[in-house]
Amino acid sequence: MSKTVLMKGNEALAEAAIIAGCRQYFAYPITPQNEIPAYMSRRMPEVGGTFLQAESELAAISMVLGAAAGGVRAMTSSSSPGMALKQEGISYIAGSELPCVLVNVMRGGPGLGAIAGAQGDYFQATRGGGNGDYRTIVLAPGSAQELADFTVDAFDLADQYRIPVLILADGYIGQMSEPVVLPEPTGKTFEKPWALTGAKGRSKNIIASLKLIPDNALEEHNLHLQEKYDLISENIRRIDTYHTDNAEWLIVAYGTAARIARKAVDRLRDEGVKAGLFRPLSLWPFPDRELHEIARNAGKVLTVEMSMGQLVEDVKLSVNGEVEVDLYGRAGGAVPALDDIIERINSYERENHTHVQAS
Amino acid sequence: MSAKTIPMYKRPKGLTDVRTHYCAGCGHGIIHKLIAEALEELEVLDRTILIAPVGCAVLAYKYIEVDGLEAAHGRAPAVATGLKRALPDKMVISYQGDGDLLAIGTGETIHTANRGEDITIIFVNNAVYGMTGGQMAPTTLEGQKTLTSPYGRNPAEVGFPIRACELLDTLESPVYIERTSVHNPASVRKTKKAILKALKYQKEGLGYSFVEILSMCPTNLGVEPVVGADWVKDAMIPWFPLKKFRDRPEEKKEEKQAS
Ligand SMILES: Cc1ncc(C[n+]2csc(CCOP(=O)(O)OP(=O)(O)O)c2C)c(N)n1
Ligand code: SF4
Ligand SMILES: [Mg+2]
Repeated sequence: MSKTVLMKGNEALAEAAIIAGCRQYFAYPITPQNEIPAYMSRRMPEVGGTFLQAESELAAISMVLGAAAGGVRAMTSSSSPGMALKQEGISYIAGSELPCVLVNVMRGGPGLGAIAGAQGDYFQATRGGGNGDYRTIVLAPGSAQELADFTVDAFDLADQYRIPVLILADGYIGQMSEPVVLPEPTGKTFEKPWALTGAKGRSKNIIASLKLIPDNALEEHNLHLQEKYDLISENIRRIDTYHTDNAEWLIVAYGTAARIARKAVDRLRDEGVKAGLFRPLSLWPFPDRELHEIARNAGKVLTVEMSMGQLVEDVKLSVNGEVEVDLYGRAGGAVPALDDIIERINSYERENHTHVQAS
Repeated sequence: MSAKTIPMYKRPKGLTDVRTHYCAGCGHGIIHKLIAEALEELEVLDRTILIAPVGCAVLAYKYIEVDGLEAAHGRAPAVATGLKRALPDKMVISYQGDGDLLAIGTGETIHTANRGEDITIIFVNNAVYGMTGGQMAPTTLEGQKTLTSPYGRNPAEVGFPIRACELLDTLESPVYIERTSVHNPASVRKTKKAILKALKYQKEGLGYSFVEILSMCPTNLGVEPVVGADWVKDAMIPWFPLKKFRDRPEEKKEEKQAS
C-alpha cells in the first residue's frame, strides 16, 4: 500500500481524512482551500459519507458540532476570513468538549486580504479567536505528506482528548503538488459514552457549554478544562530539527517559511556559518522547553515567518530572555526570500555583533 | 380501577419531574409538555435529540427526557443538520425563539428549510427577546413597546414584523408548515396536533417540518398571565394568522420512493 502518488496538499489532506474514518464534512468555499471541498464532494458519496456545502462558515462549524455530538468523526476546512467566522463554533465545541478536526489553509489578511499563502492567523490559531478560556491543539504541517499524516493523527488526538484539533497550513503547501505516500488508518478506536445517540438503555446525555448551577459550576468546568490542557501540554511536544546539534545560529520557522529556512541552513553551512533549523510541528502546545534547550546552546535565534511578528512571541516566551531573538517576517502573501535570510545572518556575522534583537 | 379514577391529565413520561425556570404564564412550559407527549405517543423518546436554543428555552433539555444538545445563538438548525446527517435514524428537534430563528439565525433557518433537512423545527414566537430582558424582536408588532423600541416599533425605521411561515412557504422542500398558538386550551390542543404531525413526518423520514407557535411572554409585556394570553389572541394573531401553509406528505412519500 505504500505507493507514492503525486497530489496537491489539499487533496492529500482530504483523502487522509477519509482514511482516518471521517464521514462528515461541512464547509463553505474559499481560496486557497477549494480543492478540499471539491475532493470531498466527489469522495464522500463513494464512501457513504456526507459532503455538505454549508450556507456560511458559521453554519459549517455548527454542523460539525452537531455531527461530533453524535459521536462520529467530523471535519471542516476553510481559509483565514472563513476561519474568523468559525471562531464562534470552535469556542462552543471546546466548551462542550467535542472532538473534531479543523483545517485552516491560511491566506493573507487582514480583512479580505489576498488569496496567496500566509501565516497571519498564528495568533488566532494558538491564542484562540473565540470567547473564553479554551485551547485547540494546533499542528503545523510543512508538506503534502505531512498534511496527510498530521490529519490522520489529528482525528485520534481529537478523540483521545475530546478537543478540536486544528491543522494550520498555508496556501502554498495546500496548493503545491508533491509526492505523497498515503497513510494507513491507525486502527485506534475510542469509546464515546457521552455521544447523543438517544437515551436507549441509559439515562439521557446532555452536551452543553452552559454551566449555571451551582454557582461555581463554570469555574469548576474551566479548571477541568485546564487540567486537560495541562495534560496535553505534557504529552504533545512535536518538533523537527535540522542541523541543530552544533548550531550557532538557530532559525525557527514552520510551514512554507520553514522550507525556505531549511535551504538557508544548507547555504549558510556551505558558507561556513553553523546554522540550524528548529521547526515546531505543534504550535499549541508550543514545544517551549525543547526550543529553550536548543536555542540556549546555539546562542542566537532568527525567527522566520510569513507574518509580522506572531511566531516570534512564542519563541521569545520559550527562551524567556536568555537568548537573543531576531525576526524576519514577510506578509500579505510574500514568502521569505532565501537570500534575505542568509544576508540577515551574515550581516550580524560581518558586523561582529554584540547583540541580536527583533525590533 | 373504575373509570372515574383514571387520571385524565397527567405528567407525560417525557417531561422531567422538576420545576422549570419559566415565569408564570409563559408559553415555553406548555410547549415542552406538548413535545414530551408527542414523543411519548410516537414511542421515540429513546431516539430523540433535542437541540436547545440560546433564549429563554436554553435549558429545555433539562425538562424533556431525551438526549440534549446546545447550539450557539441562531445556529440550532445547522447543529441539527450535522447531527441528523451523522445519525439519520435519530429524531432531531430544533427548538428556537424568534430572535434566534429570525434575526441572528436567519441564514441557517432558510437554508436548512431549503435543503429539506429531515428535522423538526419548533419555533416559539413570543414577539420579544425574552431571555435578555425584553428587547425588540424580528416579530415584535408594529407600535409594540420594548426595551429597545421604547416609542413602539416603527416600521419606517426597522421594518415590519417578519412572518416566518409565509417566508418559508416560498421554498419547495418543506413537507409541513403550520402556525398555531397556545393562548387558550383549544389552541393548545391544535398545537399538540401540529407538533405530533411534524414529528410523525420525521419519524417517517419525510423531511423538514416547521411549526410556529404564537406564545406568551407576560413578563416582558409587563402584564398578568391572563392578559398575556389575551394579547396573543388580540394583537398577535391578526398579524400572524393561524394557518396550515403546507402539508404534503404524500408527495414526499412519492419523491422518497422515486429516489
Ligand atoms: C452571539 C450572541 N448574541 C447575543 C446573545 C444574547 N441573547 C441571549 S438570548 C437572546 C434573545 C433570545 O430571544 P428569542 O430567540 O426570541 O428567545 P426567547 O428568550 O424570547 O424565548 C439574546 C440576544 C447571545 N447569547 N449570543
Ligand atoms: S421572560 Fe418571557 S419567555 Fe422568558 S420565561 Fe419569562 S415569560 Fe417565558
Ligand atoms: Mg422571543
